[in-house]
Amino acid sequence: MPGDPIALLARSQRLSPEALELQRVAFGLDQPLITQFGVYVRETISGNLGVSLISGLPVWELILSRMWPTLLLVGIGTILAAGIGVLAGIRGGWRRGSRFDSGSLYTSMVLYSTPEGWLGMLLLILFAGLLGWFPAGGYSSSTSSGTTDVAMHLALPVLALALGYVGQFLIVMRSSMMEVKAQPYIDLARAKGLTDPDVRRRHAVPNAILPIFTLVVISVGFILGGAIVIETVFSWPGIGLLTYEAIQTLDYPVLQGVFLISSAAVIFASLVADVTYGLLDPRVGAT
Amino acid sequence: MTSLTWARRRRSLGEFWRIFRRNKRGMIGLAILAFFTLAALLAPLLVDSDDIDPAFAPGQPTQPPSAAVPLGTDLFGRSVVQLLLVGARVSLTVGVLATLGAVIIGAAMGILAGYYAGRPLGTVLTALTDWFLVIPWLVLAIVLAAILGPTLLNVIVVIAVTSWALTARLVRAQTLSVREQPFIERARALGATNARILGKYVLPEVSPIIIAQGVLTVAIAILSETTLSLLGLGDPTSMSWGRIIEEAFVSGAMSNGYWWWIIPPGVCVILVTLSFTLLGYALEETLDPRLRQG
Repeated sequence: MPGDPIALLARSQRLSPEALELQRVAFGLDQPLITQFGVYVRETISGNLGVSLISGLPVWELILSRMWPTLLLVGIGTILAAGIGVLAGIRGGWRRGSRFDSGSLYTSMVLYSTPEGWLGMLLLILFAGLLGWFPAGGYSSSTSSGTTDVAMHLALPVLALALGYVGQFLIVMRSSMMEVKAQPYIDLARAKGLTDPDVRRRHAVPNAILPIFTLVVISVGFILGGAIVIETVFSWPGIGLLTYEAIQTLDYPVLQGVFLISSAAVIFASLVADVTYGLLDPRVGAT
Repeated sequence: MTSLTWARRRRSLGEFWRIFRRNKRGMIGLAILAFFTLAALLAPLLVDSDDIDPAFAPGQPTQPPSAAVPLGTDLFGRSVVQLLLVGARVSLTVGVLATLGAVIIGAAMGILAGYYAGRPLGTVLTALTDWFLVIPWLVLAIVLAAILGPTLLNVIVVIAVTSWALTARLVRAQTLSVREQPFIERARALGATNARILGKYVLPEVSPIIIAQGVLTVAIAILSETTLSLLGLGDPTSMSWGRIIEEAFVSGAMSNGYWWWIIPPGVCVILVTLSFTLLGYALEETLDPRLRQG
């Protein structure tokens, strides 16, 4: 490995070569790589993710202590993105080619092309710097930590995250609506004499919204790892910021732990999506 | 190659262009891309390398935009416009090279996985592709980049390794259907080896998908490079757009209101990513008649 974490440790605290060697032995870094890997696999299977090279705390504990802020941020951000994306997708897909449709489609393509971190920086400059409406990062003020205070800190990162993810929900909902609109039962509903909004609300939307459930569940799994940039820009103390700190200090056990946990989250989310889809859509369960 | 084949190829290329030209979004993408490619190619002529060296930069630090320096200067007195020109070169190079890597891996994996589907090799390659599809690629890219160290080549390798899976999946699906075509059976009956069938018959059939998906992958690669640079995992000696943003961020461009330093590189990333996305969808529509319409 290029970066030697022990050398990094030595730069911050003046340690004698003997003490450094002791540290190296203590962390098992003197062993050959293949032995280190064997130890890693054995310990991981038995539920031990190792200890941080920097703080000495168990990686499990570190990740757990950062879990709540990330879930809060990602949870609210995803719900917001899905809500806006679905509403806009319903309207656009129902009237394909309308001004609203092409406008929202272009907007989501631009948002998709936007680096999230940079978007977060712009929000900070505008709403925290120039206007001063929101605090410039962190989880809560030092003076208070009430719900409104946390909510004020949460607003900008949630907005950045939601803007970054709204596009995919819009595009999926839009194409799903267009697909459903061509189905025979929509013609039947019209033939029964239902008004256009009724056809849309009672026959089209309930059928078209099914893929969104899968997308929501899977993106929650994915964003757990994907909020790294947003959390860094806003100093939001979740798993993403933990990852950033671990990058800066070459804290390999923490990086490995985050990778393992976020992979597990994605796989678990896919499983949940598979199972619930059968419950939501009888056609899938039947086959 | 006979002149007849070339004439046929020229004709089908002409046909392709005739259809593509009518695609409005595709043409917008092409125009934006042409602009930035030109900027990247001309960068060495327009920018003296001393001017973007923090030690020798001629300008005053953090000047707001004026007639002399259209987009102002950064903390080291470098002209932001010149930084952007150099950045175009770095970002496009990384995007294209990483995509080349990703597409080569993805195409090879996809063709082999599809052609040998049902056999152990196909099963293993499909499983590997699925694994790379579901793992959180950004986290993997970050961990890899942190371990490998910040050089431009490593950034390219990391992006290539983490973004080939979707191409492989699409190529595999197409190969599965190509493999059942009569002309494959004919080639085999005539004694063609597997390698010849793959190279001569399967590859040309799946190449439209590879090209369209490749163009879309450039967009993802450029965004990934920006993200890695934002986290300080880029090459510190190469001024990509992401690196400019990161420097501005670290130097407190936000709290000091140096908007001319931090906004333009992001806009460049958006425009280029958007152009590749528009171009990719337009290519898909042109190459796949079923998608063609409004």
